[in-house]
Amino acid sequence: MRFAETGYNLEVDLSTGNVERVETDPRWTEQHLGGLATSSRILWDRCPPEVEPYSEENLLIFAAGLLVGTPAPGANRTVVTTISPQSLFTAYSMMGGFFAPELKHAGYDKLILRGRSPSLVYLWIHNDKVEIRDAAHLAGKGANETADLIRAELREPKAQVAAIGLAGENRVRFASIEHGRSSASRLGIGGVMGDKRLKAVAVRGTRDLNVARPAEYMELCNWVLKYIGIREQKPVPGVMPILAGLGSPQEMKLIDEEWHTTNFMWGNSRTRRRDFWTKEIEEKWKGTQESVRKRLVSCYNCPMKCGATISVPGVATYMMKCFSKLTYTMAAYSDLDFGFRIAQRATEYGVDAFSAPQVMAYGLELLEHGILGPADFEGMPADNEGRFYWLLDRIVRREGIGDVLADGTYWAAKKFGKAAEDLAHNNIKKHEQLPLKLGMLNPVYFLMYCTGEKSNITQIEGQFPQAPFATMAEREDFVKDWVQVPDEKFKKYLLDWELRGERSNPNYPTVEMSCDIVDWQERMHHIDDALGMCAGLGSFPLKPPYHIHNYPAFIAAAAGLDIDEAGLTTIARRNRTLLRALNVRRGLTRDDERPPDDHWKKRFPDLEQKLLDGYYKFKGWNLRGIPTESTLNGLGLGFVADDLKKRGLAIDDDHPSHGQDSAPADHPKAAS
Amino acid sequence: MDPTSKKRKKLVKTIRIDVDKCNGCRACEVICSSFHASPKYSSSNPERSRIRVIREPLRDIYVPVYAGEYTAAECSGRDKYTIDGKAYDECAFCRASCPSRSLFKEPDSGLPLKCDMCESDPPLEEPMCVQWCLNDALVYEEHEVEVEEEEGVEQGELELGLESLVDRHGLQKLMDTIARMKKKG
Repeated sequence: MRFAETGYNLEVDLSTGNVERVETDPRWTEQHLGGLATSSRILWDRCPPEVEPYSEENLLIFAAGLLVGTPAPGANRTVVTTISPQSLFTAYSMMGGFFAPELKHAGYDKLILRGRSPSLVYLWIHNDKVEIRDAAHLAGKGANETADLIRAELREPKAQVAAIGLAGENRVRFASIEHGRSSASRLGIGGVMGDKRLKAVAVRGTRDLNVARPAEYMELCNWVLKYIGIREQKPVPGVMPILAGLGSPQEMKLIDEEWHTTNFMWGNSRTRRRDFWTKEIEEKWKGTQESVRKRLVSCYNCPMKCGATISVPGVATYMMKCFSKLTYTMAAYSDLDFGFRIAQRATEYGVDAFSAPQVMAYGLELLEHGILGPADFEGMPADNEGRFYWLLDRIVRREGIGDVLADGTYWAAKKFGKAAEDLAHNNIKKHEQLPLKLGMLNPVYFLMYCTGEKSNITQIEGQFPQAPFATMAEREDFVKDWVQVPDEKFKKYLLDWELRGERSNPNYPTVEMSCDIVDWQERMHHIDDALGMCAGLGSFPLKPPYHIHNYPAFIAAAAGLDIDEAGLTTIARRNRTLLRALNVRRGLTRDDERPPDDHWKKRFPDLEQKLLDGYYKFKGWNLRGIPTESTLNGLGLGFVADDLKKRGLAIDDDHPSHGQDSAPADHPKAAS
Repeated sequence: MDPTSKKRKKLVKTIRIDVDKCNGCRACEVICSSFHASPKYSSSNPERSRIRVIREPLRDIYVPVYAGEYTAAECSGRDKYTIDGKAYDECAFCRASCPSRSLFKEPDSGLPLKCDMCESDPPLEEPMCVQWCLNDALVYEEHEVEVEEEEGVEQGELELGLESLVDRHGLQKLMDTIARMKKKG
């Protein structure tokens, strides 16, 4: 008997219509846990680097993590994995909501899709019964609209649906997959779903999920709830409001947006408006938010309320969470009412709310700079907000200029030459980043931005405060009950971290400390992503209920896997390294590992190279950022080493001989 | 008042449901199914839960409903409520395990489910669904009332299941089957 997991994957070939229920190898659970990690393993085995994102060979995997569907609060994440049409590396985009638990109750840990359907279809999974159904009547429908129509035609109000909108159907490179209050948005996975001609997946499951040691597990789960209750009464003092509590940033709850609106950039990540937030704005935005927000809403089995039902007069009701509240508003230099209105349309179309607004603002910059002419924008209204609606409509239909912009800022810029490439200034690995431009380089963030396989900071950071506390008293207060630290040394790092002077950014935390801190944060994200635990209760917030010291007990009681902290750390390292190897095999090099040039005003090229060298070494990679043979073998990834060698990728350990050198310029590229 | 009648005290257990506070997380369903699993907490499956959240986010409908009595026959008429402009589904607030719908039935056997307020030994302070509702959409209350002494016992889970089997197959057939099973050992 398998515990916590179902032990089966559902494999669907959309080209042939073949459907199989495949038993999984329990040894993979021991080696990787599940979720993102076992999906990476499948991609490694079955998606060689020659595979194009938009091809029959690319896989699209919906995975529920190991703990999903068990009573552990917050274990509800769906991890969608594929080859990204935007970065061309591995995409793993996650969503909360109700999809993954339903999939597990239907009897599957993963849904693995391959091929390409001859016509638009949707998939209906009802326990053992799996049907590929015609979706011609759903073509062009919005993502939420599609979910409603499917539930109605199946007469299954409890079916959980993940769907794409027009953007996915038209293979926009930043299209999302939408699921009610949640979406898997980043890196264009909705485009891959559209390329497979798959409009939606509906799932309904009514089977049991078992845990290995019920009483023990329940005690742990009860403790989590108790802790959440206490922690909610004790917000962390001295940090910005969105970082004080648990959950994902409480954008739906909080009204005070001084921090975002005066620190994040407006337009195409261009302008900082330090004086934007006034009493008058606060009153106006408060009015807007309170009038459109009908209810705060949760994901499956989680007491946090990170999302909200939004009902703006004149547009259909939808749900929103997190920072998408401000991305459209700020890209258009507009107000919150506009942000809530356009986000409804964007959600139905299914686009990434980080990328889409920047792409539209970028399009307007191309016009302002004369790189494109008025003819390219024929028919565009003159008013500011109208222009954004117009652009959004063009992009998701790939009409006119929208066809180019639908590829995102990086690929659009390639078509228009150097000047346009300079304007596409906010990318890492071809992927639009948070609209954030800062002063002094932060060494920890430098490393996370550069090396994160996610290419997206919000899924990498957490645990360690983003900035030092001003006074020693505040620091001492913070570390007092900081039980989540893997090692006492982290407390010292924080206690010694100053706002100014010798022990401040960029030289403090030191290279070595920065590697430690990044490693800890990554480790927690990789554990969460394998377990299907929401980062909002694990790897993202300060002082979360789930941490390195108690996770082994959860895993043991739920799945019957007896591992300790060291064992869990090794698994996380194995999983992180496998993901890195996947991307290395697809051509990722040290050159790709750089933040946008203007991310910080004050940059330190020598220090930055030392940071990268130090981090690679810490990880057991060579100076090219490639895991070395001994590292791979040590993690039981000998098959990865063999494959990389066969492809001519240098997995030698060059640290002792090269010392401080950065990567040689002639390093071989992967055959992609 | 009839001086010969015997009064006894009865504990009335109430769960106060505030639909405005429900965020639709369904933790109540998870923990209910888990608590009632055998062995206790060994599995979870909201389909087996004795509380279900009627949940339609885009219409802002969130109504936790508890499984009540089993009924062999559906009502002769049905009701449909509209409250504060929100139209609820047919029979939305009904607690019955009823042939007209799939709600409150074991997914495998189709046997009826009924909330027992997490009866257990030793008794819990509050039913598990209440304990797991951190947003206080579910709040437990109890108070005593004086009632006439009644004979009879509360219908237990087994009896409830048997009753539905009798309704389905007839008492004689059920007794024959049990007799046959007994013979087989």
